[in-house]
Parts: sequence; structure tokens; C-alpha cells
Amino acid sequence: MADLKEQVLRTSGVNPLKCMRCGKCSATCPSYDAMEYHPHQFVYMVEKGDIETLMQSESIYKCLSCFACLERCPRNVEPAKLVEAVRLAVIRQQGQNHLKPEQIPAMLDEDLPQQAIVSAFRKYSK
Amino acid sequence: MIFSYFPGCTLKTKAKELDRYARASAEALGFTLEELPDWQCCGGVYPMAKNETATKLSSVRALVSAREKGQALVTLCSACHNVIKQVNHDMQTDEDIQMKANNYMKLETPYTGETEVLHYLEVLRDKVGFDKVAAAVKNPLTGKKIAAYYGCLLLRPGKVMQMDNPENPKILEDFIRAIGAEPVLYPQRNECCGGYMTMEEKSVAVSRSTTVMDSAKEFGAEMVITACPLCLYNLKKNSGSELPVVYFTELLAEALGVK
Repeated sequence: MADLKEQVLRTSGVNPLKCMRCGKCSATCPSYDAMEYHPHQFVYMVEKGDIETLMQSESIYKCLSCFACLERCPRNVEPAKLVEAVRLAVIRQQGQNHLKPEQIPAMLDEDLPQQAIVSAFRKYSK
Repeated sequence: MIFSYFPGCTLKTKAKELDRYARASAEALGFTLEELPDWQCCGGVYPMAKNETATKLSSVRALVSAREKGQALVTLCSACHNVIKQVNHDMQTDEDIQMKANNYMKLETPYTGETEVLHYLEVLRDKVGFDKVAAAVKNPLTGKKIAAYYGCLLLRPGKVMQMDNPENPKILEDFIRAIGAEPVLYPQRNECCGGYMTMEEKSVAVSRSTTVMDSAKEFGAEMVITACPLCLYNLKKNSGSELPVVYFTELLAEALGVK
């Protein structure tokens, strides 16, 4: 069975060795302040095989899918795909959905677009 | 000109104005949006994992449906546009996803990304022409200073979306000029509004949206326009700003005299 690192690399299609540690991904991340581990740390920690630490961090739920890190990386590393792959390693496990339907009513207001709910489910649950 | 049209979930509910003004303006400009039969929700965000297939199938079905009619597929919501265009790119370039999607769908003719995906703004720019839009304007918004808010999804990833330069876009500014108004350039126009995090961690959406709106105001905007229902929500509800935020199609309909 492939180990966690291998699983994350395959799921994401990312090669963390391309990273030159410039930090541009974290500098441009709109969720930077909300993250315990920042995009450049995801790249470094996946490369080191430290996947379980990332899996246990709330940081995996902070990515907004804005594609800023992916667009602006000078080495085309695409850190957002690593964040997504680590989150999938968690929520693809049975019973590990991060967002549950019964939580939704409390989050609604009269203007909240359906798009927000659909997007949150896509990111947080399987 | 007739285009297949994918409205998406939110344009049928909270963003009906985005849809209604787009259809009315299209008729005024001489093209028709033909809503796809049985379209399914795009899912809101593009699934980035290499081994996600099922989550891409609703987009593939819409793309195939447009191909069967021999039409380009037009979208309005930035999220639908982003998801469908990125999935189409996968169907053109990723053999694994191409094979899995086609194996599942069992189409007579396999789908390999033939459908042209256009955002409504691209129809205005590339099919109608902004000069023709300008010529059709009956009520020019002369002197109005408008800030275009692109957000993330219209532009990125630039090499896939190919709508405009992702770091220095001008399609919305050219649109603003076409309806007789004056575009306001400001630094935050292609930074994220906070997106769906408004549900779970509102502080991120508040901080992002406030930064965007403060930036637009600082550079002299009287109004902000967007193509995305979630951007509109965040900029209006989470920024604390009093600047009006409207869909670009509403201003288009107003300028064309069909509002």
C-alpha cells in the first residue's frame, strides 16, 4: 500500500521538489492569517513526508480555491493542489466529513447564495 | 447568433437579476441564450485532485449537450464558468480523466473537449464586439466612475481560463467604457473576496471584502460591478462599505434601455 506521501503526490499531481522556497504562494494567500501552516509550508512538509501533522491541522479547511498561489508561483508548483490532496486524505475517510448538512440552517441568511453552500460542500465533504 | 446557456443554481434563485438582465441585453444586442435542457449544478469549485471524476461529470454533460446542438456554451456566473472551463481543459488534455468520463458516459462519439466555452463578457468582446455594444447604448452612463471587480474565478488559472491577462485584465474596464462610464483601476480588483468561507469563518470574508471595497473607494469608485453572486454577497454583506455593488448585466441592461 502506498504511504500517505505517495497518496498526496498522486492525488495532487504536484512535484514539491520544484519549489525554490521563495514564499510567494504564502505572501499572496488570502487565508494566510487564518492558517496554522501556510501554503509554502504545505509544500515543504509534504516533501518531508510530514503529512499527518497537516491532516490534523485546521489549515486544510482554509483554502479558498482562489488559485492565487497556483497562478503566481514562479516554478509552477501549484500549492493549492497539495492543500486539496491533504484535505481529501482526511475527508475521504469514512465519517470524516468536515461539514454536515445539519450544520447548514444555522449558517444561512436570506441573501446567502446557493453557490456558497455548494462550494463549501464540495470542499469540506464527500 | 444562438448560444447554449448554462445558468447554474444561483442564477435561478438568489441571483435572478444577473440572469434576467443578461437575457434581455442579449436580445437587444442580437444574440440568444438557449438554456440547456436538464443542466446540473457545476459544484461551485473546480475539483483539483487528479483522481476526481464523478464531480466533473455534470460539467461534461453540459459540454456534451452544447456539442450536440453545435453551439458554443455560454456561462455568466464566475464559478460555473471556472468549473466548466477547467473541466473542458481536462477533457482536452488529461487522458486519464478523458478515458474515465467517456467510459462512464458511454457516448456514441467520445467527448474530448470540442465545445467552445465562453463567458458572457467574452461574447460581448469577441462575438458581438464592444464597439457594437457601444453603438447600441441608448442611456450612456456618462461620468459614472465604476470599479470592475474580477475576483479570482474569471481569470485564474490564466493558462486555462485565457479570458484576459490574469494580473492586468481589461475586459471589464473595456465593458465599462462601452456603456459610456469611466473605469476605476485599483489594486484589489483581482484578489479574493473570501468566497465560501463566509459560512464557516466569517472573519476571513469580512477582512477580504473590506480590503477590496476600501481599495475601490480609495481610488475614486462610485460603484463596483461583478459577475459573481458570491463576490456580490461578500462585498455587500461583509465589507461594511456603502458603495453600491451590482451585476455587470444590470448596468448593461440599463445602458441598452431594456432594464
